[in-house]
Amino acid sequence: MTETLPLKPRLETPNPKPETLLRVADLSVRIDTRKGLMHPVDHVSFSLASGRTLGIVGESGCGKTMLCRALIRLLPPGGHIVRGAEMRFNGVDMGALSEKSLSRIRGRDMAMVFQNPMTALNPVMRVGKQIGENLRLHTATARKDVCDAVVNCLRQVGMPHPDRYVDCYPHQLSGGMRQRVVIAVALCCRPKLLIADEPTTALDVTVQAEILRRFDRLQGESGMAIILVTHNLAIAANHADEVAVMYGGKIVEHAPTGLLFSRMRHPYTRSLMGAVPRLDAPAGEPFRTIEGQPPDLSNPPMGCGFADRCQYVRPICHRAAPPLTGCKNNNDHRFACFFPLGDGRD
Amino acid sequence: MFFRLLTFWMPLTWLLFVTLCTVTAGWMPMPAPDIMDYDHQNALPGTVLIMPETTAGALPEARSRVCWLGTDAMGRDMLSRVIIGARVSLAVGVTAPLIGLFIGGLLGMVAGYFRGVTESIIIGFMDVILAFPGLVLLLAVGFYFGTHLWTLIPSLGFLSVPAFCRVSRAATLQLAGREFVIAAKMIGNNNGAILVREILPNVAIPLCVYGLIIMALMIVVEGVLSFLGLSVPPPTPSWGGMIAAGREVLGEAPHVCLIPATVLFLTVLSLNVLGDTLRGWTRPQ
Repeated sequence: MTETLPLKPRLETPNPKPETLLRVADLSVRIDTRKGLMHPVDHVSFSLASGRTLGIVGESGCGKTMLCRALIRLLPPGGHIVRGAEMRFNGVDMGALSEKSLSRIRGRDMAMVFQNPMTALNPVMRVGKQIGENLRLHTATARKDVCDAVVNCLRQVGMPHPDRYVDCYPHQLSGGMRQRVVIAVALCCRPKLLIADEPTTALDVTVQAEILRRFDRLQGESGMAIILVTHNLAIAANHADEVAVMYGGKIVEHAPTGLLFSRMRHPYTRSLMGAVPRLDAPAGEPFRTIEGQPPDLSNPPMGCGFADRCQYVRPICHRAAPPLTGCKNNNDHRFACFFPLGDGRD
Repeated sequence: MFFRLLTFWMPLTWLLFVTLCTVTAGWMPMPAPDIMDYDHQNALPGTVLIMPETTAGALPEARSRVCWLGTDAMGRDMLSRVIIGARVSLAVGVTAPLIGLFIGGLLGMVAGYFRGVTESIIIGFMDVILAFPGLVLLLAVGFYFGTHLWTLIPSLGFLSVPAFCRVSRAATLQLAGREFVIAAKMIGNNNGAILVREILPNVAIPLCVYGLIIMALMIVVEGVLSFLGLSVPPPTPSWGGMIAAGREVLGEAPHVCLIPATVLFLTVLSLNVLGDTLRGWTRPQ
C-alpha cells in the first residue's frame, strides 16, 4: 500500500518473542462426516517468523487446505481442532479466543487467499464493494475515501486500470483478474500473516509468476509472513524460505528450502521430487509416479503413512509412527523417518 | 428474437395490462359490477343494450351502450366484473405469496446457514404445516373469522411458507459452503452481515422466480376456493367466483364461464412462462 491507512486499534497483547509470529504445536483436526471420523491434520507443529515464507507441499488430499483453514479457525461444518493443540499467533493464544475476538484478527492480522478465484467472490456484488467491505470492517477509512483506498489496493496487486474495474461484477473479469481481486481483499489491511492456499493453481503460468512476484514484493515492503500452500515444487523452491512436506495429514519433512531440495532425508520427499517431469529426460521415458495410494484419512495407519509405498520399508515402519525429529547436525531440518536417506544409503 | 417475444415480452405485457386495468378500474366508463339488469340476462358479447328511459333529460346516445363481453345470469356487465374481479384475484395472488416469501425465505436462510438445532426446529415446524391439511385450515378460518379478503390472504400466505422455506434453505445450503462466504467470514464479518450481504442477494433470485410460479398457483387456488364458497362472498366479483357462477348457465351462455376462465388462464400462463424464462436467465452466474 502506498499510503498508510488509519487502522482501528488492534487487539493488543504483549508479544513475547517478536521474531516468531506463529507457533503451532500438536495441531490435529478431526472432521465428523457420514463416512466416519476423518483425520485430515495430525499432530502438526511448526513456527513461522515475520517476513518469512513457509511453503507447504504435498499431494492432493493430504490435509494442506484443512491445515490452513484450522489456522484461521474456519473449518467446514463438523470439523474441530483436537484439544491440546497450541496455536500462538502474534503472542495471542488463538485457541482461547472467542468468535468475536477472532473476527477482529481475521482479515486484518491474518488473511487467506483461496484456491479458486471463480468461487471466492460473491457473484452479485461489485468487486470494489467486496474490497471496501474489508476496509470498512477493519480500518477507520472514511466512507468517501473508501473508493480511493480500493483503487489503491487494486493497483497494489497489479490490476491495470483499477478505477475501471471497481464497478465490475466478478463474472466480467478473467480468472487472473479475479484472483487479483481476491488477493486485494486479503491484502488491503496489510495482514501480518497471509495464508495462500494454492493461490495460482487455477491460473495460467504467466499470471502465476506475476502474482507470486507480487507476493514477494509485498512481503519485502511490509514484512508479512506467508504460508504458501502449493503442489508445485518449483513454486515452493523459488518463493519459500522453508518448506514443509505434508503427507497423510502429517508433516514428514521440514527444512530450509535449499537444504530440503539438496539433502532431502525422507523417502517421500525424494519420490515427490522424482515425480516432477523433466525437460532433459530422454524422449519416450515414462513419467515417474509414486506407486500406491496415499493413506485413508478416515482410517489412518498405525505406523508410518508412507510405509506401504516406501522402497526402504522395514517391519517397524508398519508398527510405529516415526516422530518428527531434528537432524543430528542441523536442528532446523526435521523429518519423520526411522531410516532416513543419507545415513549410509544414497 | 421471436422466441423472446413469446416467452418474455408477451407475458410481461399481459400482466402489466391486467395490473393497469385493476388500478384504473375506478375511472373507467363502465357500469358498476353489481348493477343487475333482469331484462338482459346472459347477453352475448357485443350486444347493444337499450337503456330504459329512467333518467329524465339524459342524452339520447347515453341511452344505449355496448356490452363488449355480454352480461351474466343476473344481467351484470361482464367487462366490468372481469376488471373489478381482477382486483381480488391479484390481491390474493400477489399478497399471499409475498407473505410466504418473506417469512419462509427468512426462516429458510436462517435454517440453512446456522444448521444444527435451529434448522431442526424450523424444518420440524415446516413439516407440521405441510402435514396439516390446508383446506381444513381455510374452512376453520372461514368459519371463525368469516370469509373475506383479510382472512383469506394471511391463511394462504401461511400455507405457502414451507415451500419458500425449502427453496431458500436449499439455496442457502449450497451457498454457505461456497468460498466467497468463507472468504467473507475470513475478513471478519459476523453472521448477520454474511446473511444480509452475501447470502440474501444470492438467495433472492431463485426465491423471486419461485414466487412468480407460486403467484400463478395462488390465483388458481383462489378460483378453486370460490367453488367451495371459501373465497370472497358473492357481491364482490372475483375470477374464480365468476367461473363458479357461470358453470350453472354453461349450456345456454358459455361465455359467462369462459371469459373469466380465459382471462385467468392467460394470467396464470403468463406468470408461469415469465417465471420459467427468468429462471433460465438467472441460472448461470
